[in-house]
Amino acid sequence: MQEITRDVLVNKASELMSAGTVDRVLGWMRGEFDYDITPAVFSTEEELKNNFVWNDFCGANFSKYLIRETQKSENKVLVFLKPCDTYSFNQLLTEHRFDREKVYAVGIPCNGMVDMTEIKKANEAIKAIEESGDSIVVKTLYDGDVTLDRADVLLERCKNCKSKKHVAYDELIGDDGEIIESARFDEVAKLEKMTADERYAFWQNELSRCIRCNACRDICPACTCEKCVFDNPNSGVENKAPADSFEEKMFHIIRAFHVAGRCTDCGECSRVCPQGIPLHLLNRKFISDINEFYGEYQAGSEVGNRAPIVNYTTEDLEPGEAVGRGGIDA
Amino acid sequence: MRKISLDKLDLLFSEIAKSAKLYLPVDTDNGAKYDVWEDGKKLSDALNTVRSAKDFFFPQTENLMDFKMSGKNIEIIDTRSECEDFVVFGVRACDVKSFEILDRVFLADPVDTFYKNRREHGVIISMACNKPAETCFCKTFGIDASEPCGDIATWKTDDALFLDAKTEKGEKLLSALEKITEAAKDADAEPQKALIKERLARLPLAELETSAFGNGKTNELFNAPEWKDLSESCLGCGTCTFVCPTCQCYDIKDFNTGNGVKRFRCWDSCMYSEFTRMAHGNNRLSQLERFRQRFMHKLVYYPTNNDGLFSCVGCGRCINKCPINMNIVKVMKKLGGKKNG
Repeated sequence: MQEITRDVLVNKASELMSAGTVDRVLGWMRGEFDYDITPAVFSTEEELKNNFVWNDFCGANFSKYLIRETQKSENKVLVFLKPCDTYSFNQLLTEHRFDREKVYAVGIPCNGMVDMTEIKKANEAIKAIEESGDSIVVKTLYDGDVTLDRADVLLERCKNCKSKKHVAYDELIGDDGEIIESARFDEVAKLEKMTADERYAFWQNELSRCIRCNACRDICPACTCEKCVFDNPNSGVENKAPADSFEEKMFHIIRAFHVAGRCTDCGECSRVCPQGIPLHLLNRKFISDINEFYGEYQAGSEVGNRAPIVNYTTEDLEPGEAVGRGGIDA
Repeated sequence: MRKISLDKLDLLFSEIAKSAKLYLPVDTDNGAKYDVWEDGKKLSDALNTVRSAKDFFFPQTENLMDFKMSGKNIEIIDTRSECEDFVVFGVRACDVKSFEILDRVFLADPVDTFYKNRREHGVIISMACNKPAETCFCKTFGIDASEPCGDIATWKTDDALFLDAKTEKGEKLLSALEKITEAAKDADAEPQKALIKERLARLPLAELETSAFGNGKTNELFNAPEWKDLSESCLGCGTCTFVCPTCQCYDIKDFNTGNGVKRFRCWDSCMYSEFTRMAHGNNRLSQLERFRQRFMHKLVYYPTNNDGLFSCVGCGRCINKCPINMNIVKVMKKLGGKKNG
């Protein structure tokens, strides 16, 4: 379960609203069940009291919503940010995507978020979910209660959490954490060890499930084009369905290139993919290569960062050197 | 009514597969999906497949025709490939109902011959839902998951599978299976049906009802202030439309092959900004309008044009898959007046 309670956040939000600091709150709204939580804008204390929720299923990263929300009003909006969300927040500011003056950011600690898809793989027909310490108790309609180890059912990005430290906020609730030496590049290393044929087969298998719903793109805090090239009938590459195995891969490869150096590894793409495609691995490969070629770089760690691939220096790696790294088998 | 013991399921499948390609739900690391049966493939126990069964009749992409250019001649080639019979096993009551909804669209004049062709070649073997989930609300739309339709309906108990032919096609197939199945009385499947009925009545969404929607409700609902909050955090992705068994919109596109054109259709989504864009611009400029369109279509426009039949079957896929957890249940509860409150 989470370290701080929902009431602490509701009180904080109400306090900031009554003080006039903000006039609305970007937060998580309760759903039909314990797990189907929706991002919402709360504009009264009453709404907050009745519907605001903070639990193990609040995975949604609100940073991207700030683009739209800050355009709606001259007044400030309150946003609650988990540590990983603050990286997206900074990256969006670096790209001048929203007005910082219109946001009041409250950093909140996070113990990792639970992956409902993972829970539902083994447990269908769920009546309720209770969080208690390091356990998750799944109350089913027909098979009694099932107790799960929370660590086993965390979202992938939370199993490999890269930071408990907030890199942006106006105010922090609780103590700040540290940047974590996570194992997030282990899967990338496995892919790098494969032969080109094996790797091709791996991605062919994963991406063949893509239904081109665009959820990965639409949730991505780095995908903020007003008009995506894939939605533009005049672009020549607009495609609403993966008509063949080339198109199926092209969309994801182009997207990965487009967000390279800007992706903070927030993991929203994989979290929302209805087909369970590990899209974050494409982005992590880029991050891992950038680290290797240009030195450690974390997008969004501070506002105004110049990503290595848009920041030419005479020490930059020559393109030909990449060929010798074993990445290309030919 | 026929029956076969569960340990003979493989025999049943191999017998069916002798005369037609057999598809059934199998487990994968990413949930259940329909796959071609072959020796060793096991029927999934999952309540439903991630993608719906509409794919069999209305695939995500489908080649319609080819145009081949040589000199001044244009040759038109019919590229349809769906000419073999196939059987789909284990379709749930909700998905079976979705075929009726799709039929009214694709088989109405002018008949969509591509869809019709696939429908004629397909035999549907449905299966009652032993463990309906919290996200199920088929009952709201008059569907009884203890009595699924289809060409053959089946019920799975602890040790046997009961099979009951519902159509001529189903009777033909079931009689071909006579030597491996045994006769059973209708009453033998009753305890299972009763158990399912009792479970359906106790589902969390069992009370969801439709009186606020349907024929003639357009004016009342179109400008409802609730649409704003409901659509507020919608990403505009197509997940709900693509996992939905009844969403049936598509686009037709030409692919230039260099010496000809491949004309194909692919699913489209009313959630997309480019959906049905026409010369005058765009008919729905905001996400609120696009979001409203999807739910008004399911709950008001479709029933208005189809004798009150709603175009949602309560399968719950959108509840499970929407990235922001907005779905038709929340829409119905918010707009549905006191009864759904």
